[in-house]
Amino acid sequence: MSTLTAPARPAPRLRTPRHHSVARPRRSPLLTVLTAVVLVYSLVPLAWLLINATKTQADLFSSFGLWFGDSFSLWDNIVTTLTYDDGVFVRWFGNTVLYVVVGAGGATFLAILGGYALAKFDFPGKRGVFALVIGAVAVPGTALAVPTFLMFSQLGLTNTPWAVIIPSLISPFGLYLMWTFAAEAIPGELLEAARIDGAGEFRTFFRVSLPLLAPGIVTVLLFTMVATWNNYFLPLIMLRDSSWYPLTLGLNAWNAQAATAGGEAIFNLVITGALLTILPLVAAFLLLQRYWQSGLAAGSVKE
Amino acid sequence: MTADAPASSPPAPTPVPVVPGVRRSRRRWTGWMFVGPFMLVFALVFLAPIAYSLYLSVFRTQMVGGTTFVGLENYAQALADPQFWEGLGRVSLFLVVQVPIMLGIALLVALAIDSGRLYGKSFFRISIFMPYAVPAVVAALMWGFMYGTRFGLVGNINEAFGVSLPNPLSPDLVLASIGNIVTWEFVGYNMLIFYSALRVVPHSLYEAAEIDGAGQWRVIGAIKLPAIRGALVIATIFSIIGSFQLFNEPSILQSLAPNAITTSYTPNLYAYSLSFSGQQYNYSATVAIIMGLITMVIAYVVQLRGMRKEA
Repeated sequence: MSTLTAPARPAPRLRTPRHHSVARPRRSPLLTVLTAVVLVYSLVPLAWLLINATKTQADLFSSFGLWFGDSFSLWDNIVTTLTYDDGVFVRWFGNTVLYVVVGAGGATFLAILGGYALAKFDFPGKRGVFALVIGAVAVPGTALAVPTFLMFSQLGLTNTPWAVIIPSLISPFGLYLMWTFAAEAIPGELLEAARIDGAGEFRTFFRVSLPLLAPGIVTVLLFTMVATWNNYFLPLIMLRDSSWYPLTLGLNAWNAQAATAGGEAIFNLVITGALLTILPLVAAFLLLQRYWQSGLAAGSVKE
Repeated sequence: MTADAPASSPPAPTPVPVVPGVRRSRRRWTGWMFVGPFMLVFALVFLAPIAYSLYLSVFRTQMVGGTTFVGLENYAQALADPQFWEGLGRVSLFLVVQVPIMLGIALLVALAIDSGRLYGKSFFRISIFMPYAVPAVVAALMWGFMYGTRFGLVGNINEAFGVSLPNPLSPDLVLASIGNIVTWEFVGYNMLIFYSALRVVPHSLYEAAEIDGAGQWRVIGAIKLPAIRGALVIATIFSIIGSFQLFNEPSILQSLAPNAITTSYTPNLYAYSLSFSGQQYNYSATVAIIMGLITMVIAYVVQLRGMRKEA
């Protein structure tokens, strides 16, 4: 239990190293090299992105892809990316942040409440709720997208931020993760004790349960953030006006610009913009890794 | 019980809405107060569209005559539509080739990291996971550039070694190229799911196996794999759903390989084009529903098989 509330505690490390065993085996250079193949595969495209963000449009075509070009124009590229077309990139960035804060924040909040209810309360229709949500995961995006678009357009919501935010509020995976996490992390006796002390259900939830759920909340928040930040399909169908675009749609529009008649090719800006798009998420994952990794471990399927 | 500690010390000042009307006698319904908001939005963005799509699929709108009820005619049309079957065949091929490769690599890496035999295992774990944080759009653009024969790596290699590698964006190879992008994006994510499941296997089992003289491979086959079967089934189901919904990568690569990727390349792309380029909302909803049904049936079968072995 204590590992759930103190996720960073490296319990096995405290043992003094003795002989090698199945639990503490000898390190293997061969296995390290073999796994490094997958590591290189994972990192080479990111290195490519970083290197090519330092090139001018001309260098992109003339220099080797995995090495730097004649000039180092990373800063120029960043400045041009941010100011191109009256700073539309900054606008897209702001839109993305809005969708993430409201959409992912809201999705996490709803998933916490719902997961807590499924884990800690017995209520009529509970099995039905669970079956519905699991079944819904299998429904493909387009089965929902087209009718959602038509519904929203009748409600006058298309081409507004709400069209992107409202569907983002539901994360079945988040609900599932919160449900398994809450079942483990909150002892039933604790809730009973709070109720006997006369605390209302909401007071109990905010004062007692929420702090215990912290690692799970960080995990769900990160995964809903990724889903919202990376969302492409939903805004693609919902938004016509490019001033409401998130970064993903904006980058694709920039990339497509080269193919349109009379359009200026701005591949250096597409690449630099792509780099700027992934940096916040990479940073969030790196900085918060001890939280989400323990959250995933606790939420993983136990047999 | 250390779990009590954070509970007894109140957290940073959180606004505490006290609802006086909640009575203990109504506890049976209290769960709904928590799950209610989720279900309300869920009904709006999942159940209502599904119902609406079922409604749409039994009508047909024509230039002359307006909207008429046609029963199951749209379904009959879809099942006889070669473009639909071609797309379905393509994603099925994708499914049987790409998913086992991706999950296989993910499992091997998870086992390698979990074995404790790697130097710098946390670096491996976080680095291999990192592509998951890259949006599908950026991944497709990035790989699309690299595939390119103009300033991509393929072009560079051709120039440097005087060879001519086949163009990854040609009609024959583009599906494999898409498979590579999807594998790159999700290997780390699946690895992490497997690794998280491996972490909760009690270490006492390994020690017992060691006393019995079992080697690493035996431990993997007899203890680790059975212990994470749940995670394997879940990852497989998610991957099947993902394959059938394939849309982002082909849609973005379309501008780079317009001849290789048609508007009906995958069923999802087909449904999208029908709606937003062809205005055939009724037929599009029908295609989407059929795909949804196929996905659910296959996911359900995989789940049944996965769980039966467990018993």
